[in-house]
Amino acid sequence: MMASSYTAKEEDGHITVSGPGTLRSRKPENTAFKQQRLPAWQPILTAGTVLPAFFIIGLLFIPIGIGLFVTSNNIKEFEIDYTGVDASSPCFNCSQSFSWNSSQPCTCSIPFYLEQPYESNVYVYYGLSNFYQNHRRYVKSRDDSQLNGDPKSLMEPSKECEPYAFHEKKPIAPCGAIANSMFNDTLELFYNDPNGTKVQILLNTTGIAWWTDKHVKFGNPGGNSPNLTAAFQGTTKPINWRRPVFDLDADEGNNGFINEDFIVWMRTAALPTFRKLYRIINKKSGMVPTLPRGNYSLEVVYNYPVRSFEGRKRMILSTISWMGGKNPFLGIAYITVGSVCFFLGVVLLLIHHKCGNRNNNADISN
Amino acid sequence: AHIGVGISGQEGMQAVLSSDYSFAQFRFLQRLLLVHGRWSYLRMCKFLRYFFYKNFTFTFVHFWFAFFCGFSAQTVYDEWFITLYNLVYTALPVLGMSLFDQDVNDVWSFQQPQLYVPGQLNLYFSKKAFFKCALHSCYSSMVLFFIPYAAMHDTVRGDGKDVADYQSFALLTQTCLLFAVTIQLCLEMSYWTAVNTFFVLGSLVMYFAVTFTMYSNGMFLMSPSAFPFIGTARNSLNQPNIWLTILLTSILCVLPVVTYRFLFIQLCPTINDKIMFKVRQAKASPAPPPRRTRIRRTSSRRSGYAFSHAQGYGDLVTSGRFLRRPALSRSSGLTNAGRTTTGFSPMGRSAGYSPTGRPQNAKVSDVEVTSLQMYRTITDPSL
Repeated sequence: MMASSYTAKEEDGHITVSGPGTLRSRKPENTAFKQQRLPAWQPILTAGTVLPAFFIIGLLFIPIGIGLFVTSNNIKEFEIDYTGVDASSPCFNCSQSFSWNSSQPCTCSIPFYLEQPYESNVYVYYGLSNFYQNHRRYVKSRDDSQLNGDPKSLMEPSKECEPYAFHEKKPIAPCGAIANSMFNDTLELFYNDPNGTKVQILLNTTGIAWWTDKHVKFGNPGGNSPNLTAAFQGTTKPINWRRPVFDLDADEGNNGFINEDFIVWMRTAALPTFRKLYRIINKKSGMVPTLPRGNYSLEVVYNYPVRSFEGRKRMILSTISWMGGKNPFLGIAYITVGSVCFFLGVVLLLIHHKCGNRNNNADISN
Repeated sequence: AHIGVGISGQEGMQAVLSSDYSFAQFRFLQRLLLVHGRWSYLRMCKFLRYFFYKNFTFTFVHFWFAFFCGFSAQTVYDEWFITLYNLVYTALPVLGMSLFDQDVNDVWSFQQPQLYVPGQLNLYFSKKAFFKCALHSCYSSMVLFFIPYAAMHDTVRGDGKDVADYQSFALLTQTCLLFAVTIQLCLEMSYWTAVNTFFVLGSLVMYFAVTFTMYSNGMFLMSPSAFPFIGTARNSLNQPNIWLTILLTSILCVLPVVTYRFLFIQLCPTINDKIMFKVRQAKASPAPPPRRTRIRRTSSRRSGYAFSHAQGYGDLVTSGRFLRRPALSRSSGLTNAGRTTTGFSPMGRSAGYSPTGRPQNAKVSDVEVTSLQMYRTITDPSL
């Protein structure tokens, strides 16, 4: 018999003995997971994927940018800085007094002219500059339990509120530096009729804060009882306030901690230049513009001193669109990025055409 | 040397006990180095580069914010996000990448041992690579802060209410950051198993789930001071402004990376790029299996002794004539590489010689042919 078959030794030396007393194999399981053979998608950056992606992004971003830019341009906005820095400004005299509790409130009146009529709802904002509501010690200085209406926290404000937690042995309600520095100027708008009469423009004080803030986050102590003076018994007002918290508004639904001006102020701003919603001028029925063209005047009860830290105050009248207020940045950014993308796509396409075959033809040097 | 390898065998287990890796046969060393070692180096370097990138980006944003918050060390993100960022939102995707990533599979790693060279030259993680990673982080952090800053500067919501407050800005910045680092991870990963995909998408879903939970009414009412961000997610993530900012930031973070990599692949592709390209082409049009040519062996394993009561084939064996292979015509397309006994036809002195009287040259056609498995390096002329 010339046939000689030859059995290969087992590839990996494992021993299996069949029959009684089988030895366990020490070979790892030959599953896809353990042998790292899982089915997978292995993408690589080829010209077929990258270049179309660039072109699509370019073609997508440019119209979005144009849409945003056009929308932003159609928003009408008017801004007056009424800090009174210039000697010629009507509010110059008011700005000279730096104290928080002067007994005689100072008023000033600034006339202005609106070039275009404003349709639909018009929003009145106050804006502050160089005011760091995002300073760490300032942001910490509040007691959310107290603001939610917790009776224990009302009498014992948290340590974060120090040094604005107690005043003359009584707890401050609301405690903290944020509440203490609440904006307390009063702004009123008057329209000068063509025939000479001054008409006060109706300003809506509610609907300016977030719904979740007003109904969940902030709550008066004692629930919804109408007698807020009793609920706040034993506390004192913040040092820089003129009136206590239960006296902020005659309207019960807007008094105490749930006063919307207070809530808007307590929502600290992210950047040192910010604006906060003050009032809303509701649109009039019919085709009448909310604010027609003409002369107006802004009456300011100047309570809030900002000149000590080189801050500025302004009043802003603005219409609103789906993207918010007037901010051309996003539109311009989208147009820029879209064009850069498109241009890069073209450049890469040229480069790929000229020398993109190196993957196939080049030799590997060993 | 980077690792110590021991072979367990007849000489005992001492080498095994004192080495980093041990196995039973010397030939496994090839697989250890070319496949597992290479993959390990690749995964480690990708992991390190990505980990440094995501944490540097996360931290540099605070550097830019410092200029706008009076240098008071105010964090630009929610504190819960800072806690959960490395713990939940970016832990599993990175883990998945460093466990499963491969650039080419093991068969290709064997066939192309040149792929081992980048490891020897320390190309994937060096001082230069670290510096590039830090530079990339710097750029990303600038984009991640200044685009939301400019988009939110003096802005309001679609219904006139506040959107530029600290909490909405924090939510916006942290969402932009998470999207940017996730997309960067997607660019780094070159082997998308189901597990990896689940980790990546699951982490993003987890982020939104946890965020909405923590910013919900229930959590706030449980502990107002611990969850002060109530309502922020609901009130800002329904603004198209916010989502457009997130989209712009993510694309802008990723664009230079993709451009840079694509340019390098086109202009000076590395070994890896070329072979991954070949793999893709091979998958698209699978090559025919290579023809197994006969292997000429210099030694035979067929020598042995046999005892019989007849004279036997002793002088046949010692004459060595049976080792000379007769030239026979074969059918084309022979697929086995082993020696077949059917090809033997004795000539010369032993022709016609049979101790048992049976006719020689009986072609035994039903003998099982065993074929030795041997690995050969396939040299590809196009590489």
